[in-house]
Amino acid sequence: MRPSRPARAGQYLALLAYLVFLAFPFLWLISTAFKPPRELASLHPTWIPKDPTLANFRQAFDEQPLLRAAANSVLVAVCAALIAVVIATPMAYVMARHRSALSRAATGWVVVSQAFPFVLLIIPLFLILKNLHLINSLPGLTMVYVVWSLPFALWMLVGYVRAVPPELEEAAAVDGAGKLRTLVSVTAPLLAPGLVATALFAFITAWNEFFFALVLMKTPERQTLPVVLTHFLGAEGVADLGPLAAAAFLATLPSLVIFALIQRRLTGGMLTGAVKS
Amino acid sequence: MRRMSRPAAVAAAVTLLLTGCSSGGTADDGKITLEFQSLAWQKESVDANKQLVKEWNAAHPDIQVKYVQGSWDSVHDQLLTSFEGGEAPDVIHDASDDLADFAYGGYLADLRDLLPDRLKSDIPQHSWETATFGDGVYGVPFLQEPRVLIANAKILDAAGVRIPTPEKPWSWEEFRAVTKKLSGDKKFGVAWPLKEPVSATLNLSLSAGGRMFHRGADGKVTVRFDAADQVAPRTVHDQVNTDASASGATLGMGGSDTLPGFFAGKYAMVPLGFSYRQQIVQQAPKGFDWKVLPAPAGRDGLAQGVSPQTLSVAEDSPHKKEAAQFIDFLLRPPNMVRLALGDWMLPTGTEALKDPALHTEKNDWATGTALAGDLRSAPAQSVRGYAEWKDKVATPALQEYYSGSIGLGELRKRLVKDGNLVLARYQR
Repeated sequence: MRPSRPARAGQYLALLAYLVFLAFPFLWLISTAFKPPRELASLHPTWIPKDPTLANFRQAFDEQPLLRAAANSVLVAVCAALIAVVIATPMAYVMARHRSALSRAATGWVVVSQAFPFVLLIIPLFLILKNLHLINSLPGLTMVYVVWSLPFALWMLVGYVRAVPPELEEAAAVDGAGKLRTLVSVTAPLLAPGLVATALFAFITAWNEFFFALVLMKTPERQTLPVVLTHFLGAEGVADLGPLAAAAFLATLPSLVIFALIQRRLTGGMLTGAVKS
Repeated sequence: MRRMSRPAAVAAAVTLLLTGCSSGGTADDGKITLEFQSLAWQKESVDANKQLVKEWNAAHPDIQVKYVQGSWDSVHDQLLTSFEGGEAPDVIHDASDDLADFAYGGYLADLRDLLPDRLKSDIPQHSWETATFGDGVYGVPFLQEPRVLIANAKILDAAGVRIPTPEKPWSWEEFRAVTKKLSGDKKFGVAWPLKEPVSATLNLSLSAGGRMFHRGADGKVTVRFDAADQVAPRTVHDQVNTDASASGATLGMGGSDTLPGFFAGKYAMVPLGFSYRQQIVQQAPKGFDWKVLPAPAGRDGLAQGVSPQTLSVAEDSPHKKEAAQFIDFLLRPPNMVRLALGDWMLPTGTEALKDPALHTEKNDWATGTALAGDLRSAPAQSVRGYAEWKDKVATPALQEYYSGSIGLGELRKRLVKDGNLVLARYQR
């Protein structure tokens, strides 16, 4: 049944309110990034800067190696996302298709492992990486991010694999395809939206992560963007607000671009999965 | 040519990417390389630090220093992990109130035999006390800042109140009377930014003789909340809740948050750290006339607690002697002045404090410099269990007291009774 006009209007209003709520911090960040210091300290702040300036961006780039940090972040996040998906896909397939006490226990462990706080892990992790000579190295950080994002990636992918009807695989088997061939030629293409969503999750996790990068990356040449952003903060929460906003705005752009590029595919895939199940 | 399959291509690309971003090794050329982790964050300060490292490196080809940027926001956790992993920087920039755990944990080198007499005698004993834990000295205190009253000069002049000076400051009673006079018509004499109320309260209480922490003959520390301890907190409470001369809205704010209201003339004065002058210079509207006034004085004059910035040497550093030499270079009087100017703070060194650049009327450097002799070690700095007392007991109790939710009796009960239970656990 189609909703009535007032109900539809209400839905749109609710959606608009939600979007405004979600967008507020980002729009405020953009506004702040273009404001000169005196406008930042105004008792009556405005959305549109009265005297917009690029000085905050210039200062941010002058003071901190933002481009190098962004390159490090991209490299680590892309590698972590790819590796996590490559490792998680066959594991997820096994856990989804071969249900047993072991796979149920593994799923439970995956959920529990998400509850471990960073500080519990960081010192043993630091020592392990030190022994492997992977402190202050981007591969070391990538490994950490892969391990960190793997449980949730696995959990996500299990759901996607379960949404693929087993009858399709059985049909492929009847046609003579082996297990690997079935996985590569039949299941994997249907999993594509799930793989993209999982990779995106792993990418965002690595892109935003701060604490591991802070502790593991010692030299300025290796630091990632979230670590470099804290260099605009002083003691007792004092901040160089304009350059910080400018740098933070730039730091959000890659995630936004990636979401914009794959959004259609992501939602389309999710809906497809829903109909099949 | 046979084409590579897609999965193989992805795998190859990943391998190539990872190989390309490998950190690589460092050639052993016989030179000593020290890592200096600095927390400087303002451009002038970072520039001063980097320039000094450059000058050191040019003069010491065999002892090179590598500048590593740290951040105030996360320094404790980052250092703790580095110490545990045996990867700490050789020279460590931090604040004295963050050193106790590291010093007692054996992570920092005792500097008593490493530093030259010049530096030892240049820094006054009361500053050394801020970095002394047990029998050892674990950091060189080099920059500090008093809490001052930053005032809207126009409002004060218009009200005709007496302007305090370091020689003739306001008493706490006079301060309360002045803020009353400056209030009315939705304007307040003072805005207390007390998001972190404990250190501000403790440090300002020293002027009235309040210490709150008292060490007994057995070395154990107990909390008391005597009349002297009550002077500063009562003044704030009464300004907010009785006189309406302090804004209740700013009690939950950080220092920077109060500046827009200050610039708009909503508050005549804001108690802030001396280094906030940099933000005021940067952000104040054109023509805004401001001045720095000393904080109110009590029976102990202008005494005030501080936790200076420090330079320490890691216990695990294989080059402690060289690290101490670098610290000595960094803290020679002219260099200490450069660091102080870069951070808008006061140097601890007596020679550096004499520099004319720190006695100018411009941006009221002279007022702050005149207060340097009254700065003392923050009362709670070496008290084990202070962090838990602060977070679990004192912060909520003071917040409730300042906002008028509880009275002085309840505040006293919580600070003392609950507080001593916490401290006792650390002193068994």
